[in-house]
Amino acid sequence: MLPRPALTDYLPHRTLLRLLAVLLVVIAPHLWRLPWWEGAAVVSLVVWRGLASSRQWGLPPRFLKLMLAIAAFIGVYSVFGRVTGQNAGIALLVLMLALKLTEMRSRRDVMVVVFLMYFLLATHFLYSQEMWTIAYLFMSVIAITSVLVDVHHPGEPLPLRTSLRLGGRLILHSLPLMVLFFVLFPRIPGPIWGLPADAGPTRSGLSDSMTPGDISSLILSSEIAFRVRFEGAPPPKKLLYWRGPVFREFNGRSWNQSTQDLMDRTWPVAELSGEPTRYEITLEPMRNRWLFALDLPDPRQLPMQSRIDRMATVVVDAPVIERRLIRWASFTSYVLEPELRPRDRERDTRLPPGSNPRATALAQSWRTQGMGDAQIVDAALTMFREQPFYYTLEPPRLGTHSADEFIFDTRRGFCEHYSSAFAVLMRAAGVPTRVVTGYQGMEANAYGGYYLVRQSDAHAWNEVWLEGRGWVRVDPTSMIPPSRIESSALEAMAGNEARDRLGSLERAKYLLEARWDWANARWNEWVLGYGPEMQKEFLSRFGIERQRQMLLVLTAGITLALLLVGWVAIRRAIPPRVTERALLLWRAAAKRLAKSGYVQRPDEGPRDFVDRVVSREPGLFEPLHTVLDAYLRLRYSGEQSPTLEHEFAAAVKRIRRV
Amino acid sequence: MTIPSPPRSELSKKIGTILHPLRWAQARIDAWVLRRVRQVPGPIEIARNRVYIVPTRFGWGFAVTIMVMLAGAMNYSNSMAFALAFLLMGLGLVCMHHTHANLVHVLLRAGRTRPIYAGEIAHFEVLIDNAAAHPRYSLAAGWARETSDEPACDVPPQGFSSVTLASPAPRRGWHQAGIFSISTEFPLGLFHAWTWAQLDMRCLVFPLPAKPGMPPPLSAGSGGSAGAGRSGQDEFAGLRDYQRGDALRSIHWKSLPKSISPMVKQFSETVEQALWLNWDAVPLADVEARLSQLVRWILDAEAEGRAYGLRLPGTNIPPGHGETHRFECLKALALFGQP
Repeated sequence: MLPRPALTDYLPHRTLLRLLAVLLVVIAPHLWRLPWWEGAAVVSLVVWRGLASSRQWGLPPRFLKLMLAIAAFIGVYSVFGRVTGQNAGIALLVLMLALKLTEMRSRRDVMVVVFLMYFLLATHFLYSQEMWTIAYLFMSVIAITSVLVDVHHPGEPLPLRTSLRLGGRLILHSLPLMVLFFVLFPRIPGPIWGLPADAGPTRSGLSDSMTPGDISSLILSSEIAFRVRFEGAPPPKKLLYWRGPVFREFNGRSWNQSTQDLMDRTWPVAELSGEPTRYEITLEPMRNRWLFALDLPDPRQLPMQSRIDRMATVVVDAPVIERRLIRWASFTSYVLEPELRPRDRERDTRLPPGSNPRATALAQSWRTQGMGDAQIVDAALTMFREQPFYYTLEPPRLGTHSADEFIFDTRRGFCEHYSSAFAVLMRAAGVPTRVVTGYQGMEANAYGGYYLVRQSDAHAWNEVWLEGRGWVRVDPTSMIPPSRIESSALEAMAGNEARDRLGSLERAKYLLEARWDWANARWNEWVLGYGPEMQKEFLSRFGIERQRQMLLVLTAGITLALLLVGWVAIRRAIPPRVTERALLLWRAAAKRLAKSGYVQRPDEGPRDFVDRVVSREPGLFEPLHTVLDAYLRLRYSGEQSPTLEHEFAAAVKRIRRV
Repeated sequence: MTIPSPPRSELSKKIGTILHPLRWAQARIDAWVLRRVRQVPGPIEIARNRVYIVPTRFGWGFAVTIMVMLAGAMNYSNSMAFALAFLLMGLGLVCMHHTHANLVHVLLRAGRTRPIYAGEIAHFEVLIDNAAAHPRYSLAAGWARETSDEPACDVPPQGFSSVTLASPAPRRGWHQAGIFSISTEFPLGLFHAWTWAQLDMRCLVFPLPAKPGMPPPLSAGSGGSAGAGRSGQDEFAGLRDYQRGDALRSIHWKSLPKSISPMVKQFSETVEQALWLNWDAVPLADVEARLSQLVRWILDAEAEGRAYGLRLPGTNIPPGHGETHRFECLKALALFGQP
């Protein structure tokens, strides 16, 4: 049981109202994510607390508070099925913070609420770390700090402007320290104790299987998948295939990854030649287990916590839930798997028995004509190019024998249909083939010298294995000439070219968007992407290689910054320098008198003071009256006389200790 | 704000030392510093090297909050959470300087103290001068080694404020002010900065007046017109403001509801006879009881508007009356037998 707060410890009404307002600001972004009843409960608790203070209502008894706390636990559990984890934990934290208001009466209790508010602020960044959140961060921190300032001012609350100014100044002074800590505080790769299952963004982007319709929904999304910056010139467009998950299991309808492949820890055999293309990718978090790279990433220079699987896709141990900056070196000239293992050949030519009979017959007819593997590939591509196949984002639905229906009946589809049908044909003819998904192409940003790859660039293509050439990329979709691409699909695909024909207003809008994206890219790269890898690289430019050096520089920097802040703060406390000679001499006289125990009282003018001293110490009559006379004449009559000043100084020296 | 703690046994003190080694160290350091505080008439400028600063328990709580936040930021590799944690780390450090700067370079001076009667509480006024161009907030004053509610004040730029320190004065004589602290936790309450000071402040404590009842001895001495007591021929001369020590019966009760402060009836002396209050004539053995009785008579005589003189061994105050005369007499009684 805490002792009852002293009278000065009670919270003034105005301070409480400010606290409640700031509390609402800090909770507000969470309110949209919480169950409706919780939002209602939180808001009504805040309103009730404000009214309780102004109407002098009593705070609820202890058993009621206990019941409310239990109800909060039950409520959160019934919605989320647990009380831990990211979403449930935050829901509980918000409720407990609101319930704390029911027992908040003194300044002491406020401290707990204020610390919880600071903490709650951090939880917002689990949901969004966009550029605007930094503005929200500063606004909220200044508001919370001002409340803290208010709480530590007993008696009448400070004027709102004063407390905001004081809070703002404190935050302003903390900024250089924040930057120093941010850059130099040694970062370690997380997670430390593992993340709750619901942490991070929801899943987006490519999926780990390919069913018709998956990619077409992506193609309509202009969200950014990743940003690319090349060291040197970007490779030609025909090489811009960003490799993602590779599928080799076909069940007649959808393509999947097999568990066998997921377990396979062997590296692909690759002969790399030429100079690698070096570039960096800022990958948006899509909760996927793979990273995208141009064919073929150097297996010796993989990013942290990743490996290359047998199909040359780079996979990570944990789903990507944070934006990540990845440096790549890719060899565009390579031979992947010069020798195909017999079991791989068997798997990569396998088709479900009895499926797609017409396509199988067609492919086998090519083989019986005596064509080689490469010729069969050409025959299929020629078919797509020359016969009336159309590219559309709204293809007709396909039945059980999807490849048959697509090749012989509907002939309308997009990359999934083409790559799937192509793979079926090749496998039927005995050519090892697999489906590769990923992104194709990119879009230059008008400002940053970097490129954007959007979800609309999602693509599916194939790889066929040819003797002596290894796995060769084949893109059957690219066989369709532009005249057979439907306009809606054209718009979705060819946004880049279309922009050249925009009007001036639309062009300005486009440039503004480009600028905004450029700013976002910088933000993502330099602020959000500033993790252990980037810190190491950035600091090594200044010769800071090891963590010990980082800590040393950090300590030195913080010390210097604090000296500066301390100097600024102390300077405000130092009285302005007095240059007026009369005042200086008067103070010197006062100092001498203080030694004898005479101190001028605040309600005493100089004359009264001198009279008082002289009445007790008649011996000081002469010097004190000279001092008084000179002081009054110089200070208040505006006289300027060096001789008088001289006499003044001499008289001060004659004041002896008594 | 400190919480008054109940008296503790030796054992619990020892346990306290084990549980709070920092507090124990703090107490030792304080004792060392307090022995070195010198009494000065003032003014005292609080120099930079005389300001001590330690984190409060809220300061430690703040640090723990930041550590938890930092661990979370590491776990989630969340840059914005890092940024917030680092900003708050900076805030804590910056707050230390601001708390320190809120206290440093203020000037302490002794203010006024009013005389009191023994057993009352002496109020020492301490004036805090701020010569700087910026205000100081929430400066609190408190006695060393005592935990009580500490009065606080703001000091405007280039101005002064006063805080009043209360100290019970059980005995008559000069009541000397002890070492006191001027402290602040402004702006954020994360740090407690303080300094020790002892100004040459003392409060005159008069002996406690005895209970009314015993009449002053008639003809209590010589000099002037020796003594008849009250002749009963006093004329009502008007009303004046109540002053401490006035007898209850002299209060003009009728006017009480109408006026802000009580009024006291005054009588003019028609018989030019002064009352001599003589130490030797008090029929009490105990020194303090005698002094108390004399105080009572002085107050009564003052209330009745009579002239009175005081005769103590070694002191002789001729008859008179009025505020200054009463003060002289009471002071003589307060300091009776004291150096």
